Amino acid sequence: MEEYFHSVRLDTDKCKGCVNCIKRCPTEAIRIRRGKALILESRCIDCGECIRHCPSHAKNAVTDSIADLEKYKYNIALPAPALYAQFSADISIDKILEGLLGLGFNEVYEVARAAEAVSDYINRYFTQNDISKKPVISSACPAVVRLIQVKYPELIDHLLPIDPPVEVAARHIRRITAIRHAIDPQDIGVWFITPCPAKVTTIRQPIGIEKSNLSGAIGISKIFGNLLKKMSCSAGTNNLKRSTFRGQGWAIAGGESSAAGINKAIVVDDIQAVSEVLEQVTLGKLKDIDYIECLACAGGCVGGPLTVENRFVAEQNMKKRLLKAGVSKNINVQNKEDDCITEKDFQDKRKAISARPIMMLDEDILRAMEKLELMEKTIKKLPGLDCGSCGSPNCKALAEDIVQGSASETDCVFRLRQRVKELAEEMVALAQKLPPSLRK
Amino acid sequence: MSDHIQLELTLIKGNFDSAGEASAKVKRVLQQLGVDAAVIRRIAIGCYEAEMNVIIHSDGGKLLAAVYPNRTEITVSDDGPGIADIDLAMQEGYSTAPDYVRELGFGAGMGLPNMVKCADEFKITSAVGSGTCLYMVFKH
Repeated sequence: MEEYFHSVRLDTDKCKGCVNCIKRCPTEAIRIRRGKALILESRCIDCGECIRHCPSHAKNAVTDSIADLEKYKYNIALPAPALYAQFSADISIDKILEGLLGLGFNEVYEVARAAEAVSDYINRYFTQNDISKKPVISSACPAVVRLIQVKYPELIDHLLPIDPPVEVAARHIRRITAIRHAIDPQDIGVWFITPCPAKVTTIRQPIGIEKSNLSGAIGISKIFGNLLKKMSCSAGTNNLKRSTFRGQGWAIAGGESSAAGINKAIVVDDIQAVSEVLEQVTLGKLKDIDYIECLACAGGCVGGPLTVENRFVAEQNMKKRLLKAGVSKNINVQNKEDDCITEKDFQDKRKAISARPIMMLDEDILRAMEKLELMEKTIKKLPGLDCGSCGSPNCKALAEDIVQGSASETDCVFRLRQRVKELAEEMVALAQKLPPSLRK
Repeated sequence: MSDHIQLELTLIKGNFDSAGEASAKVKRVLQQLGVDAAVIRRIAIGCYEAEMNVIIHSDGGKLLAAVYPNRTEITVSDDGPGIADIDLAMQEGYSTAPDYVRELGFGAGMGLPNMVKCADEFKITSAVGSGTCLYMVFKH
Protein backbone atom coordinates (compact mmCIF):
# COMPACT_ATOMS: atom_id res chain seq x y z
CA MET A 1 0.00 0.00 0.00
CA GLU A 2 1.72 3.20 -1.12
CA GLU A 3 2.29 5.90 1.49
CA TYR A 4 -0.15 8.73 1.05
CA PHE A 5 0.08 12.03 2.83
CA HIS A 6 -3.16 13.67 3.95
CA SER A 7 -3.28 17.15 5.44
CA VAL A 8 -6.66 16.57 7.07
CA ARG A 9 -6.11 14.99 10.48
CA LEU A 10 -8.03 13.95 13.55
CA ASP A 11 -7.26 15.01 17.11
CA THR A 12 -8.43 11.80 18.84
CA ASP A 13 -8.62 13.47 22.25
CA LYS A 14 -11.37 15.80 21.07
CA CYS A 15 -13.27 13.22 19.01
CA LYS A 16 -16.56 12.04 20.56
CA GLY A 17 -17.29 9.39 17.96
CA CYS A 18 -20.48 11.10 16.76
CA VAL A 19 -21.85 10.63 13.25
CA ASN A 20 -21.52 14.17 11.94
CA CYS A 21 -18.37 13.80 9.88
CA ILE A 22 -19.11 10.30 8.58
CA LYS A 23 -22.45 11.45 7.15
CA ARG A 24 -20.93 14.51 5.48
CA CYS A 25 -17.93 12.98 3.77
CA PRO A 26 -18.44 13.04 -0.02
CA THR A 27 -16.41 9.88 -0.58
CA GLU A 28 -17.64 7.98 2.52
CA ALA A 29 -14.07 7.93 3.75
CA ILE A 30 -14.68 8.00 7.49
CA ARG A 31 -15.69 5.23 9.90
CA ILE A 32 -16.13 5.16 13.66
CA ARG A 33 -13.96 2.50 15.24
CA ARG A 34 -13.34 2.06 18.97
CA GLY A 35 -15.33 5.21 19.64
CA LYS A 36 -13.20 7.49 17.42
CA ALA A 37 -13.34 8.62 13.82
CA LEU A 38 -10.97 6.89 11.42
CA ILE A 39 -10.16 8.34 8.00
CA LEU A 40 -9.71 5.75 5.24
CA GLU A 41 -6.64 7.08 3.44
CA SER A 42 -7.49 5.60 0.04
CA ARG A 43 -10.81 7.46 -0.06
CA CYS A 44 -9.96 10.81 1.55
CA ILE A 45 -9.74 13.73 -0.89
CA ASP A 46 -8.77 16.39 1.71
CA CYS A 47 -11.81 18.51 0.91
CA GLY A 48 -12.16 19.64 4.52
CA GLU A 49 -15.91 18.93 4.85
CA CYS A 50 -15.21 17.06 8.08
CA ILE A 51 -13.24 20.02 9.43
CA ARG A 52 -16.23 22.23 8.74
CA HIS A 53 -18.80 19.98 10.37
CA CYS A 54 -17.09 18.60 13.42
CA PRO A 55 -18.91 20.04 16.46
CA SER A 56 -15.99 19.13 18.73
CA HIS A 57 -13.36 20.81 16.50
CA ALA A 58 -11.53 17.52 16.43
CA LYS A 59 -10.68 17.76 12.72
CA ASN A 60 -7.95 20.08 11.53
CA ALA A 61 -5.45 20.53 8.73
CA VAL A 62 -1.70 20.18 9.00
CA THR A 63 0.16 22.95 7.22
CA ASP A 64 3.70 24.28 7.22
CA SER A 65 4.62 27.28 9.35
CA ILE A 66 6.80 30.39 9.30
CA ALA A 67 9.42 28.47 11.25
CA ASP A 68 10.05 26.36 8.11
CA LEU A 69 11.41 29.43 6.28
CA GLU A 70 14.77 28.99 7.96
CA LYS A 71 15.41 25.90 5.81
CA TYR A 72 15.96 28.14 2.78
CA LYS A 73 18.26 31.00 1.82
CA TYR A 74 15.61 33.06 0.04
CA ASN A 75 11.90 32.88 0.75
CA ILE A 76 9.03 33.98 -1.45
CA ALA A 77 5.41 34.24 -0.32
CA LEU A 78 2.69 33.39 -2.87
CA PRO A 79 -0.55 34.76 -1.43
CA ALA A 80 -3.77 33.17 -2.64
CA PRO A 81 -6.31 35.74 -3.88
CA ALA A 82 -8.52 34.59 -1.01
CA LEU A 83 -6.09 36.30 1.40
CA TYR A 84 -7.09 39.73 0.11
CA ALA A 85 -10.74 38.95 0.79
CA GLN A 86 -10.02 38.47 4.48
CA PHE A 87 -9.62 42.25 4.76
CA SER A 88 -12.05 45.06 4.08
CA ALA A 89 -11.61 46.85 0.77
CA ASP A 90 -10.34 49.92 2.63
CA ILE A 91 -7.10 48.10 3.31
CA SER A 92 -4.90 48.21 0.23
CA ILE A 93 -3.39 45.07 -1.19
CA ASP A 94 0.01 46.77 -0.95
CA LYS A 95 -0.43 46.89 2.81
CA ILE A 96 -1.23 43.17 2.94
CA LEU A 97 1.78 42.29 0.78
CA GLU A 98 4.07 44.46 2.92
CA GLY A 99 2.73 42.71 5.98
CA LEU A 100 3.82 39.39 4.46
CA LEU A 101 7.33 40.72 3.95
CA GLY A 102 7.28 41.69 7.61
CA LEU A 103 6.69 38.04 8.55
CA GLY A 104 10.09 37.12 7.16
CA PHE A 105 9.62 36.61 3.43
CA ASN A 106 12.21 38.16 1.11
CA GLU A 107 9.73 38.65 -1.69
CA VAL A 108 6.05 38.38 -2.54
CA TYR A 109 4.58 37.08 -5.81
CA GLU A 110 0.83 37.28 -6.24
CA VAL A 111 -0.87 34.08 -7.36
CA ALA A 112 -3.51 36.35 -8.89
CA ARG A 113 -1.03 37.24 -11.63
CA ALA A 114 -0.68 33.60 -12.59
CA ALA A 115 -4.46 33.30 -12.46
CA GLU A 116 -4.65 36.00 -15.14
CA ALA A 117 -2.24 34.08 -17.35
CA VAL A 118 -4.19 30.83 -16.79
CA SER A 119 -7.43 32.67 -17.66
CA ASP A 120 -5.89 33.61 -21.00
CA TYR A 121 -4.81 30.01 -21.54
CA ILE A 122 -8.31 28.71 -20.86
CA ASN A 123 -9.76 31.16 -23.35
CA ARG A 124 -7.20 30.14 -26.00
CA TYR A 125 -7.81 26.44 -25.26
CA PHE A 126 -11.38 26.76 -26.46
CA THR A 127 -10.74 28.93 -29.48
CA GLN A 128 -7.71 27.01 -30.74
CA ASN A 129 -8.84 23.45 -30.13
CA ASP A 130 -11.68 21.29 -31.31
CA ILE A 131 -12.57 19.70 -28.02
CA SER A 132 -14.11 16.24 -28.17
CA LYS A 133 -14.68 15.65 -24.49
CA LYS A 134 -17.15 18.24 -23.28
CA PRO A 135 -17.77 19.70 -20.78
CA VAL A 136 -14.19 20.62 -19.88
CA ILE A 137 -13.66 20.60 -16.12
CA SER A 138 -11.45 23.07 -14.27
CA SER A 139 -8.28 21.64 -12.74
CA ALA A 140 -7.70 24.44 -10.22
CA CYS A 141 -9.34 22.81 -7.20
CA PRO A 142 -7.29 19.79 -6.06
CA ALA A 143 -10.13 18.37 -3.95
CA VAL A 144 -12.29 18.21 -7.09
CA VAL A 145 -9.50 16.59 -9.11
CA ARG A 146 -9.10 14.02 -6.37
CA LEU A 147 -12.86 13.48 -6.24
CA ILE A 148 -12.73 12.70 -9.95
CA GLN A 149 -9.79 10.29 -9.51
CA VAL A 150 -11.62 8.45 -6.76
CA LYS A 151 -15.30 8.55 -7.72
CA TYR A 152 -15.51 9.53 -11.41
CA PRO A 153 -12.28 8.33 -13.06
CA GLU A 154 -13.97 8.25 -16.47
CA LEU A 155 -13.94 12.06 -16.33
CA ILE A 156 -10.16 12.39 -15.96
CA ASP A 157 -9.80 13.23 -19.65
CA HIS A 158 -12.33 16.05 -19.28
CA LEU A 159 -9.93 17.93 -17.00
CA LEU A 160 -8.25 21.05 -18.34
CA PRO A 161 -4.66 19.99 -19.12
CA ILE A 162 -2.96 22.78 -17.21
CA ASP A 163 -1.60 23.25 -13.71
CA PRO A 164 -3.52 25.41 -11.24
CA PRO A 165 -2.39 29.06 -10.99
CA VAL A 166 -0.31 28.51 -7.85
CA GLU A 167 1.89 25.90 -9.55
CA VAL A 168 2.34 28.14 -12.61
CA ALA A 169 3.26 31.02 -10.28
CA ALA A 170 5.69 28.86 -8.30
CA ARG A 171 7.40 27.52 -11.41
CA HIS A 172 7.76 31.02 -12.80
CA ILE A 173 9.04 32.76 -9.68
CA ARG A 174 11.49 30.01 -8.81
CA ARG A 175 12.94 30.11 -12.33
CA ILE A 176 13.40 33.87 -12.56
CA THR A 177 14.54 34.32 -8.95
CA ALA A 178 17.29 31.76 -9.47
CA ILE A 179 18.49 33.78 -12.45
CA ARG A 180 17.95 37.22 -10.98
CA HIS A 181 19.63 36.53 -7.64
CA ALA A 182 22.05 33.85 -8.82
CA ILE A 183 20.80 31.33 -6.25
CA ASP A 184 20.43 27.58 -6.68
CA PRO A 185 16.70 26.90 -7.23
CA GLN A 186 16.88 24.30 -4.41
CA ASP A 187 17.75 27.05 -1.92
CA ILE A 188 14.64 29.05 -2.70
CA GLY A 189 11.64 28.58 -0.43
CA VAL A 190 8.40 29.09 -2.35
CA TRP A 191 5.44 29.23 0.05
CA PHE A 192 1.76 29.25 -0.75
CA ILE A 193 -0.35 31.30 1.71
CA THR A 194 -3.49 29.26 1.41
CA PRO A 195 -7.12 28.80 2.54
CA CYS A 196 -7.05 25.16 1.48
CA PRO A 197 -5.91 21.84 3.04
CA ALA A 198 -6.20 20.08 -0.32
CA LYS A 199 -3.49 22.37 -1.69
CA VAL A 200 -1.23 21.39 1.21
CA THR A 201 -1.69 17.73 0.28
CA THR A 202 -0.99 18.46 -3.40
CA ILE A 203 2.49 19.64 -2.57
CA ARG A 204 3.41 16.26 -1.06
CA GLN A 205 1.23 14.25 -3.47
CA PRO A 206 1.33 16.17 -6.76
CA ILE A 207 -1.31 15.54 -9.40
CA GLY A 208 -0.43 15.97 -13.05
CA ILE A 209 3.25 16.75 -12.44
CA GLU A 210 6.19 14.81 -11.06
CA LYS A 211 7.11 17.26 -8.33
CA SER A 212 5.42 20.39 -7.02
CA ASN A 213 7.20 23.70 -7.59
CA LEU A 214 6.15 24.81 -4.12
CA SER A 215 8.25 24.17 -1.02
CA GLY A 216 5.20 24.19 1.23
CA ALA A 217 1.91 25.80 2.14
CA ILE A 218 1.04 27.90 5.17
CA GLY A 219 -2.60 28.20 6.20
CA ILE A 220 -4.05 31.72 6.27
CA SER A 221 -5.57 31.12 9.70
CA LYS A 222 -2.20 30.07 11.08
CA ILE A 223 -0.46 33.39 10.33
CA PHE A 224 -3.40 35.76 10.46
CA GLY A 225 -2.71 37.14 13.92
CA ASN A 226 0.94 37.87 13.20
CA LEU A 227 0.13 39.27 9.77
CA LEU A 228 -2.27 41.78 11.30
CA LYS A 229 0.46 42.94 13.69
CA LYS A 230 2.95 43.46 10.85
CA MET A 231 0.34 45.23 8.74
CA SER A 232 -0.33 47.75 11.46
CA CYS A 233 3.24 49.00 11.06
CA SER A 234 3.34 48.92 7.27
CA ALA A 235 2.52 52.05 5.32
CA GLY A 236 1.54 50.30 2.11
CA THR A 237 3.59 52.66 0.00
CA ASN A 238 5.95 50.19 -1.63
CA ASN A 239 3.69 49.63 -4.62
CA LEU A 240 4.02 45.86 -4.53
CA LYS A 241 0.67 45.02 -6.08
CA ARG A 242 0.80 43.92 -9.72
CA SER A 243 -2.39 41.90 -10.07
CA THR A 244 -5.75 43.06 -11.38
CA PHE A 245 -9.25 42.08 -10.39
CA ARG A 246 -9.28 39.53 -13.18
CA GLY A 247 -6.88 37.33 -11.26
CA GLN A 248 -8.02 38.33 -7.77
CA GLY A 249 -11.58 37.34 -8.64
CA TRP A 250 -10.56 33.68 -8.74
CA ALA A 251 -11.04 33.75 -4.94
CA ILE A 252 -14.81 33.71 -5.30
CA ALA A 253 -16.98 31.18 -7.12
CA GLY A 254 -17.47 32.36 -10.68
CA GLY A 255 -14.27 34.39 -10.79
CA GLU A 256 -12.44 31.84 -12.93
CA SER A 257 -15.09 31.50 -15.64
CA SER A 258 -15.68 35.22 -15.95
CA ALA A 259 -11.93 35.91 -16.11
CA ALA A 260 -11.53 33.28 -18.83
CA GLY A 261 -14.53 34.64 -20.71
CA ILE A 262 -16.13 31.31 -21.56
CA ASN A 263 -19.66 31.58 -22.94
CA LYS A 264 -21.26 28.32 -21.99
CA ALA A 265 -19.81 27.86 -18.54
CA ILE A 266 -21.46 26.83 -15.29
CA VAL A 267 -20.16 27.40 -11.79
CA VAL A 268 -20.67 24.68 -9.18
CA ASP A 269 -19.55 25.17 -5.61
CA ASP A 270 -19.79 22.93 -2.56
CA ILE A 271 -18.44 19.39 -2.82
CA GLN A 272 -21.88 17.71 -2.60
CA ALA A 273 -23.21 19.80 -5.48
CA VAL A 274 -20.01 19.13 -7.45
CA SER A 275 -20.47 15.40 -6.90
CA GLU A 276 -24.06 15.53 -8.17
CA VAL A 277 -23.14 17.57 -11.24
CA LEU A 278 -20.21 15.28 -12.09
CA GLU A 279 -22.61 12.32 -11.78
CA GLN A 280 -24.77 14.01 -14.41
CA VAL A 281 -21.76 14.46 -16.67
CA THR A 282 -20.94 10.74 -16.43
CA LEU A 283 -24.48 9.97 -17.56
CA GLY A 284 -23.77 11.95 -20.70
CA LYS A 285 -25.81 15.01 -19.76
CA LEU A 286 -24.49 18.62 -19.87
CA LYS A 287 -22.79 17.98 -23.24
CA ASP A 288 -23.83 21.45 -24.42
CA ILE A 289 -21.86 23.08 -21.61
CA ASP A 290 -18.30 24.03 -22.57
CA TYR A 291 -16.77 24.54 -19.15
CA ILE A 292 -17.55 23.66 -15.55
CA GLU A 293 -15.84 25.67 -12.85
CA CYS A 294 -15.93 23.24 -9.92
CA LEU A 295 -15.06 24.31 -6.39
CA ALA A 296 -15.13 22.05 -3.36
CA CYS A 297 -15.87 24.91 -0.97
CA ALA A 298 -19.19 26.74 -0.91
CA GLY A 299 -18.55 30.29 -2.10
CA GLY A 300 -15.24 29.29 -3.71
CA CYS A 301 -11.81 29.61 -2.12
CA VAL A 302 -13.02 32.30 0.30
CA GLY A 303 -15.02 29.48 1.88
CA GLY A 304 -11.91 27.37 2.50
CA PRO A 305 -11.44 25.73 5.93
CA LEU A 306 -8.27 27.72 6.62
CA THR A 307 -9.80 31.18 6.17
CA VAL A 308 -10.59 33.55 8.97
CA GLU A 309 -13.32 35.83 7.63
CA ASN A 310 -16.90 34.68 7.13
CA ARG A 311 -17.22 33.72 3.46
CA PHE A 312 -20.13 36.06 2.72
CA VAL A 313 -18.25 39.01 4.18
CA ALA A 314 -15.15 37.93 2.24
CA GLU A 315 -17.16 37.85 -0.99
CA GLN A 316 -18.44 41.37 -0.23
CA ASN A 317 -14.88 42.53 0.36
CA MET A 318 -13.80 41.18 -3.04
CA LYS A 319 -16.74 42.80 -4.80
CA LYS A 320 -16.04 46.15 -3.16
CA ARG A 321 -12.44 45.92 -4.38
CA LEU A 322 -13.74 45.48 -7.93
CA LEU A 323 -15.89 48.58 -7.63
CA LYS A 324 -12.94 50.55 -6.29
CA ALA A 325 -10.59 49.32 -9.02
CA GLY A 326 -13.07 50.20 -11.75
CA VAL A 327 -13.09 48.78 -15.25
CA SER A 328 -10.38 51.09 -16.60
CA LYS A 329 -7.48 49.64 -14.66
CA ASN A 330 -7.38 46.44 -16.64
CA ILE A 331 -3.82 46.76 -17.82
CA ASN A 332 -1.35 44.23 -16.51
CA VAL A 333 1.38 46.31 -14.95
CA GLN A 334 4.56 44.62 -16.11
CA ASN A 335 7.78 46.36 -15.18
CA LYS A 336 10.44 44.04 -16.48
CA GLU A 337 10.45 41.69 -19.47
CA ASP A 338 11.43 38.67 -17.42
CA ASP A 339 8.52 39.29 -15.08
CA CYS A 340 5.99 38.01 -17.59
CA ILE A 341 4.65 34.53 -17.32
CA THR A 342 5.49 32.67 -20.52
CA GLU A 343 4.68 29.34 -22.15
CA LYS A 344 7.69 27.88 -20.29
CA ASP A 345 5.87 28.29 -17.00
CA PHE A 346 2.72 26.48 -18.04
CA GLN A 347 3.42 22.86 -18.69
CA ASP A 348 6.50 21.11 -17.59
CA LYS A 349 6.64 17.34 -18.18
CA ARG A 350 3.03 16.63 -17.29
CA LYS A 351 2.29 13.31 -15.60
CA ALA A 352 -0.89 11.43 -16.45
CA ILE A 353 -3.51 11.71 -13.73
CA SER A 354 -4.16 8.22 -12.42
CA ALA A 355 -7.51 6.75 -11.55
CA ARG A 356 -7.85 5.72 -7.91
CA PRO A 357 -11.26 4.09 -7.99
CA ILE A 358 -12.69 3.08 -4.64
CA MET A 359 -15.72 1.21 -5.88
CA MET A 360 -14.00 -2.01 -6.94
CA LEU A 361 -14.78 -4.84 -4.52
CA ASP A 362 -11.96 -7.13 -5.55
CA GLU A 363 -9.16 -7.29 -8.12
CA ASP A 364 -10.45 -10.69 -9.27
CA ILE A 365 -13.78 -10.28 -11.06
CA LEU A 366 -15.16 -13.65 -9.90
CA ARG A 367 -14.37 -12.84 -6.25
CA ALA A 368 -15.93 -9.39 -6.83
CA MET A 369 -19.10 -11.09 -8.12
CA GLU A 370 -19.29 -13.28 -5.00
CA LYS A 371 -18.85 -10.23 -2.79
CA LEU A 372 -21.48 -8.31 -4.73
CA GLU A 373 -24.03 -11.10 -4.29
CA LEU A 374 -23.23 -11.31 -0.58
CA MET A 375 -23.60 -7.53 -0.32
CA GLU A 376 -27.06 -7.68 -1.90
CA LYS A 377 -28.13 -10.40 0.56
CA THR A 378 -26.73 -8.45 3.52
CA ILE A 379 -28.40 -5.18 2.51
CA LYS A 380 -31.79 -6.91 2.59
CA LYS A 381 -31.24 -7.83 6.25
CA LEU A 382 -30.35 -4.27 7.26
CA PRO A 383 -33.07 -1.74 8.15
CA GLY A 384 -32.12 0.83 5.45
CA LEU A 385 -32.25 3.76 7.89
CA ASP A 386 -28.73 5.07 7.16
CA CYS A 387 -28.44 6.23 10.77
CA GLY A 388 -24.65 5.89 11.05
CA SER A 389 -24.75 4.32 14.54
CA CYS A 390 -22.75 1.31 13.33
CA GLY A 391 -19.89 3.62 12.38
CA SER A 392 -20.46 3.38 8.63
CA PRO A 393 -22.17 6.28 6.83
CA ASN A 394 -25.15 4.29 5.51
CA CYS A 395 -26.52 0.75 5.26
CA LYS A 396 -24.97 0.05 1.84
CA ALA A 397 -21.56 1.08 3.19
CA LEU A 398 -22.03 -1.22 6.22
CA ALA A 399 -22.94 -4.10 3.90
CA GLU A 400 -19.75 -3.48 1.95
CA ASP A 401 -17.69 -3.23 5.15
CA ILE A 402 -19.19 -6.53 6.38
CA VAL A 403 -18.37 -8.27 3.10
CA GLN A 404 -14.81 -6.89 3.15
CA GLY A 405 -14.37 -8.09 6.72
CA SER A 406 -14.06 -4.80 8.56
CA ALA A 407 -17.46 -4.86 10.27
CA SER A 408 -20.12 -7.34 11.33
CA GLU A 409 -23.92 -7.54 11.19
CA THR A 410 -24.30 -7.06 14.92
CA ASP A 411 -22.67 -3.60 14.61
CA CYS A 412 -26.13 -2.59 13.46
CA VAL A 413 -28.10 -1.60 16.54
CA PHE A 414 -31.42 -2.46 14.90
CA ARG A 415 -30.22 -5.84 13.73
CA LEU A 416 -28.87 -6.53 17.19
CA ARG A 417 -32.19 -5.67 18.83
CA GLN A 418 -34.00 -7.81 16.30
CA ARG A 419 -31.73 -10.75 17.14
CA VAL A 420 -32.16 -10.16 20.87
CA LYS A 421 -35.95 -10.18 20.37
CA GLU A 422 -35.75 -13.40 18.34
CA LEU A 423 -33.56 -15.05 20.97
CA ALA A 424 -35.80 -13.82 23.82
CA GLU A 425 -38.86 -15.25 22.05
CA GLU A 426 -37.05 -18.57 21.66
CA MET A 427 -36.21 -18.57 25.34
CA VAL A 428 -39.81 -17.81 26.36
CA ALA A 429 -40.99 -20.62 24.09
CA LEU A 430 -38.44 -22.97 25.64
CA ALA A 431 -39.38 -21.83 29.13
CA GLN A 432 -42.99 -22.90 28.45
CA LYS A 433 -41.83 -26.44 27.68
CA LEU A 434 -41.51 -28.05 31.13
CA PRO A 435 -40.62 -31.73 31.57
CA PRO A 436 -43.46 -34.04 32.65
CA SER A 437 -42.42 -34.12 36.32
CA LEU A 438 -42.68 -30.31 36.61
CA ARG A 439 -45.92 -29.89 34.66
CA LYS A 440 -48.87 -29.01 36.90
CA MET B 1 -21.61 -19.90 -7.03
CA SER B 2 -22.70 -18.46 -10.36
CA ASP B 3 -20.17 -17.16 -12.84
CA HIS B 4 -22.10 -14.05 -13.74
CA ILE B 5 -24.25 -11.30 -12.21
CA GLN B 6 -27.83 -10.71 -13.42
CA LEU B 7 -29.67 -7.42 -13.12
CA GLU B 8 -33.27 -6.85 -14.06
CA LEU B 9 -34.55 -3.29 -14.13
CA THR B 10 -38.03 -2.02 -14.92
CA LEU B 11 -38.37 0.95 -17.25
CA ILE B 12 -41.48 3.10 -16.92
CA LYS B 13 -43.11 4.91 -19.81
CA GLY B 14 -42.69 8.70 -19.74
CA ASN B 15 -40.81 8.69 -16.43
CA PHE B 16 -38.30 11.50 -16.99
CA ASP B 17 -37.67 11.93 -13.25
CA SER B 18 -35.79 8.68 -13.00
CA ALA B 19 -34.43 8.77 -16.55
CA GLY B 20 -30.94 7.31 -16.52
CA GLU B 21 -31.25 5.52 -13.18
CA ALA B 22 -31.31 2.05 -14.68
CA SER B 23 -28.08 2.73 -16.62
CA ALA B 24 -26.57 4.25 -13.48
CA LYS B 25 -27.34 1.04 -11.55
CA VAL B 26 -25.69 -1.10 -14.23
CA LYS B 27 -22.71 1.23 -14.20
CA ARG B 28 -22.35 1.00 -10.43
CA VAL B 29 -22.29 -2.80 -10.57
CA LEU B 30 -19.64 -2.70 -13.29
CA GLN B 31 -17.51 -0.36 -11.18
CA GLN B 32 -17.88 -2.64 -8.16
CA LEU B 33 -16.73 -5.56 -10.30
CA GLY B 34 -13.68 -3.61 -11.46
CA VAL B 35 -14.48 -3.58 -15.18
CA ASP B 36 -12.21 -1.23 -17.15
CA ALA B 37 -13.39 2.41 -17.13
CA ALA B 38 -13.38 2.78 -20.93
CA VAL B 39 -15.56 -0.34 -21.31
CA ILE B 40 -17.92 0.92 -18.61
CA ARG B 41 -18.28 4.15 -20.53
CA ARG B 42 -19.42 2.34 -23.69
CA ILE B 43 -21.84 0.17 -21.75
CA ALA B 44 -23.24 3.17 -19.87
CA ILE B 45 -23.90 5.03 -23.13
CA GLY B 46 -25.48 1.97 -24.76
CA CYS B 47 -27.75 1.35 -21.75
CA TYR B 48 -28.67 5.00 -21.44
CA GLU B 49 -29.71 5.36 -25.08
CA ALA B 50 -31.75 2.16 -24.90
CA GLU B 51 -33.35 3.24 -21.62
CA MET B 52 -34.34 6.64 -23.04
CA ASN B 53 -35.85 5.03 -26.12
CA VAL B 54 -38.07 2.85 -23.95
CA ILE B 55 -39.11 5.79 -21.75
CA ILE B 56 -39.81 8.10 -24.69
CA HIS B 57 -41.36 5.81 -27.30
CA SER B 58 -42.89 2.78 -25.60
CA ASP B 59 -45.43 1.77 -22.99
CA GLY B 60 -42.72 0.53 -20.66
CA GLY B 61 -40.16 -2.26 -20.71
CA LYS B 62 -37.26 -4.09 -19.08
CA LEU B 63 -33.49 -3.83 -19.09
CA LEU B 64 -31.65 -7.09 -18.43
CA ALA B 65 -27.92 -6.98 -17.81
CA ALA B 66 -25.80 -10.13 -17.57
CA VAL B 67 -22.22 -9.42 -16.54
CA TYR B 68 -19.68 -12.18 -17.23
CA PRO B 69 -15.96 -11.96 -16.51
CA ASN B 70 -15.13 -11.25 -20.16
CA ARG B 71 -18.28 -9.54 -21.48
CA THR B 72 -21.55 -7.85 -20.62
CA GLU B 73 -24.80 -8.71 -22.40
CA ILE B 74 -27.58 -6.14 -22.38
CA THR B 75 -31.13 -7.00 -23.47
CA VAL B 76 -33.74 -4.26 -23.59
CA SER B 77 -37.30 -5.19 -24.46
CA ASP B 78 -40.47 -3.11 -24.47
CA ASP B 79 -44.22 -3.13 -25.04
CA GLY B 80 -44.51 -0.36 -27.50
CA PRO B 81 -45.75 0.39 -30.98
CA GLY B 82 -42.75 -1.30 -32.60
CA ILE B 83 -40.63 0.10 -35.44
CA ALA B 84 -42.04 0.00 -38.95
CA ASP B 85 -38.83 0.71 -40.89
CA ILE B 86 -35.76 -0.36 -38.92
CA ASP B 87 -33.23 0.89 -41.50
CA LEU B 88 -34.79 4.34 -41.38
CA ALA B 89 -34.74 4.32 -37.59
CA MET B 90 -31.02 3.47 -37.65
CA GLN B 91 -30.20 6.61 -39.67
CA GLU B 92 -28.39 9.36 -37.76
CA GLY B 93 -30.71 12.27 -37.04
CA TYR B 94 -33.96 10.45 -37.81
CA SER B 95 -36.33 10.77 -34.85
CA THR B 96 -39.98 10.09 -34.14
CA ALA B 97 -39.89 11.84 -30.76
CA PRO B 98 -42.86 14.14 -30.04
CA ASP B 99 -42.30 17.88 -29.55
CA TYR B 100 -42.52 17.88 -25.76
CA VAL B 101 -39.69 15.38 -25.67
CA ARG B 102 -37.52 17.50 -27.96
CA GLU B 103 -38.19 20.47 -25.72
CA LEU B 104 -36.72 18.50 -22.82
CA GLY B 105 -33.52 18.12 -24.82
CA PHE B 106 -34.03 14.54 -26.01
CA GLY B 107 -35.01 13.08 -29.38
CA ALA B 108 -31.95 14.03 -31.41
CA GLY B 109 -32.21 10.84 -33.44
CA MET B 110 -28.78 9.52 -32.43
CA GLY B 111 -29.79 6.79 -29.96
CA LEU B 112 -29.67 3.71 -32.19
CA PRO B 113 -26.59 4.83 -34.18
CA ASN B 114 -24.78 5.54 -30.86
CA MET B 115 -25.63 2.08 -29.57
CA VAL B 116 -24.19 0.45 -32.68
CA LYS B 117 -21.02 2.52 -32.27
CA CYS B 118 -20.58 1.55 -28.62
CA ALA B 119 -21.46 -2.15 -28.71
CA ASP B 120 -19.33 -4.97 -30.09
CA GLU B 121 -22.48 -6.84 -31.20
CA PHE B 122 -25.89 -5.33 -31.86
CA LYS B 123 -29.18 -7.00 -32.81
CA ILE B 124 -32.58 -5.40 -33.07
CA THR B 125 -35.91 -7.11 -33.63
CA SER B 126 -39.15 -5.20 -33.92
CA ALA B 127 -42.55 -5.40 -35.50
CA VAL B 128 -45.42 -2.94 -35.56
CA GLY B 129 -47.85 -3.84 -32.78
CA SER B 130 -45.52 -6.21 -30.90
CA GLY B 131 -42.83 -3.98 -29.38
CA THR B 132 -39.05 -3.88 -29.78
CA CYS B 133 -36.16 -5.94 -28.47
CA LEU B 134 -32.48 -4.91 -28.48
CA TYR B 135 -29.55 -7.17 -27.75
CA MET B 136 -26.04 -5.76 -27.24
CA VAL B 137 -22.77 -7.42 -26.29
CA PHE B 138 -19.81 -5.47 -24.90
CA LYS B 139 -16.46 -7.26 -24.67
CA HIS B 140 -14.40 -6.32 -21.61
